[in-house]
Amino acid sequence: MKKTLLKLAAGLVVSGTTGAVLAAGAVEITQKQPLNIPAIIMFAIFVGMTLAITYWAASRTKTASDFYTAGGGITGFQNGLAMAGDYMSAATLLGLTAMVYTNGYDAYLFMIAFFVGWPIILFLMAERLRNLGKFTFADITSYRLDQGKVRTMAAIGSLTVVCFYLIVQMVGAGQLIKLLFGLDYHIAVIVVGALMVVYVTFGGMVATTWVQIIKACLLLFGGTVITVLAFSQFGFSFNTLAAKTIELHKLKDMLYAPGKLLEDPINAISLAMGLMFGLAGLPHILMRFFTVNNAKEARKSVLYAAGFVGFFFNVILLMGLCAIVIVGTNPEFFEGGTIGGKIIGGGNMVAMHLAKAVGGNLLLGFLAAVAFATILAVVSGLALAGASAISHDLYARVIKKGNVSEAQEIKVSKMASFGIGLIAVVLGIAFEKQNVAFMAALAFGIAAAGNFPVLFLSMYWKDLTTRGALAAGYGGLTAAVVLVVLSKSVWVTVLGYATPIFPYDQPALFAMPLAFLLGYVFSITDKSERAGKERAAFADQWVRAQTGFGADGAVSH
Amino acid sequence: MSSEMYARIRKNPKFKELVSKRERLAWTLTGIVLVLFFGLFMTVAFNPAVLAIRLGDSFVTTGLLMGFFQFILFWVLTAFYVVRANSEFDALTEELLRESMKAKK
Repeated sequence: MKKTLLKLAAGLVVSGTTGAVLAAGAVEITQKQPLNIPAIIMFAIFVGMTLAITYWAASRTKTASDFYTAGGGITGFQNGLAMAGDYMSAATLLGLTAMVYTNGYDAYLFMIAFFVGWPIILFLMAERLRNLGKFTFADITSYRLDQGKVRTMAAIGSLTVVCFYLIVQMVGAGQLIKLLFGLDYHIAVIVVGALMVVYVTFGGMVATTWVQIIKACLLLFGGTVITVLAFSQFGFSFNTLAAKTIELHKLKDMLYAPGKLLEDPINAISLAMGLMFGLAGLPHILMRFFTVNNAKEARKSVLYAAGFVGFFFNVILLMGLCAIVIVGTNPEFFEGGTIGGKIIGGGNMVAMHLAKAVGGNLLLGFLAAVAFATILAVVSGLALAGASAISHDLYARVIKKGNVSEAQEIKVSKMASFGIGLIAVVLGIAFEKQNVAFMAALAFGIAAAGNFPVLFLSMYWKDLTTRGALAAGYGGLTAAVVLVVLSKSVWVTVLGYATPIFPYDQPALFAMPLAFLLGYVFSITDKSERAGKERAAFADQWVRAQTGFGADGAVSH
Repeated sequence: MSSEMYARIRKNPKFKELVSKRERLAWTLTGIVLVLFFGLFMTVAFNPAVLAIRLGDSFVTTGLLMGFFQFILFWVLTAFYVVRANSEFDALTEELLRESMKAKK
């Protein structure tokens, strides 16, 4: 009895980590596998295609608007695909499938929490973002507030999120590629960094968007094919599949009922809030709202993105369940051939093994190439968002106070993306052997508590002043960082203390309300002359947010 | 110049109509999504047994069905908002802007 409990606890630690990580990267330390030739060929084709697109995109990237937002010329459908692509990282595919495989229904709950941010972002933010923003979300937060101070804060928020998210992706990429392609960790990290810099510097948003669109299509296609092949073994009957899984899985009936993962209500709510509002504070997702021409297309983008993400999550549920039967009973996929033992390559490999089981080496190679492409596309989006925060916010608006030519701004942006690429490679290598799970929690926590409250208040609350915005932004960011450091993922896993001081995985439930409170208190007590002007300026901002009149790139009526 | 235009738009009764209609819809839909979503999570936390009930002789549980239902419903609500905003609200916005432009002359 005691032994089972211990085993269960160990299982929970593993799945808990998956939970925190799946937002960004598969970060188990992996064993190098033999060179996978079909995967490398297919990946080479993908790289060739995307480089050709980058070449084409470079010829169309002349102005700052081309560089940051593809000149606003992306359609709602294309942008929806790209948004879904930005949101579905390699870890979504691998981590969530593994989580379904281990935890069953709990993983489905996770996916709902990942999904629910989309309708919210549409109802409350999409059209306002489009109507008020230009290149970065700092355009909106600093719309009527102090340009220098608020933009600096927004840029710091963006860069911290981008930085943590990038490290997780880089480390995940290295480990994954070592495993999937049999390439050396360092080579993998350098390849990812170099390609990312090429896409972003030469092709700007046009190339980044198309890389993301291609990858999203490949991912949707690959996942669907595997699922259809796997599900066909059960005659496409959910009941047959469910009966088999219940028979085989150690959770038995509880596979289809809430388990231990979200048992603690406070932890569950905090996690849900972090995922939900984190989405609305991720700079690379927010930036996508500026690549379409008007609010109409912005709304359509979310509709398509939500459709693709929702569809894919349900595909992943089926994939994970099929894997319980197909992978879980095949000794080929277990170390030493002992069924129920350690899965070759670690838990995150379940989806890959399933691909091999139903489609042979060719499908495995395809899915491996898709996973690599996925990482590449996500890091490119992140790098572009980071570069924009440096060039458009910090350089052009804060340092040069707007007195800068477009050409100069683009040049700085390209230098910045090169710098970000370099830093990403260096940090990716530095953190090779580290457990970086906490960085995913940090990225979402900071997005939800640092970026989102200021963005929301600036669009909705007329009394927000510069002082309030700064208090909310810096307060939320600090609270998120401190709470994550005190939580299990850093305090116990990284620093080695016995028990965490902050007992929950996600800081959002506490850090986010704190940010709102700080924003409120420091705004209403702000009696300065500047605060008065800022409040007065809300009226015009409100009209623009509602009607799109004066919006950047909007068709004039 | 554009500030004058903004003031004219604000004075137009259609602006108030647009804002109140859209805000009402957006917040209602947000409310539905949040209540259902956090309702599910609260059920998971406080009464998970309710979600473990099997439907008839099938292996589908109430929890699974609720989850699937949320995916479908939330997407349908998204579509509902987009359709209304892209037709009704955008038409109203266009009228509003046209009238406010004219008022200038």
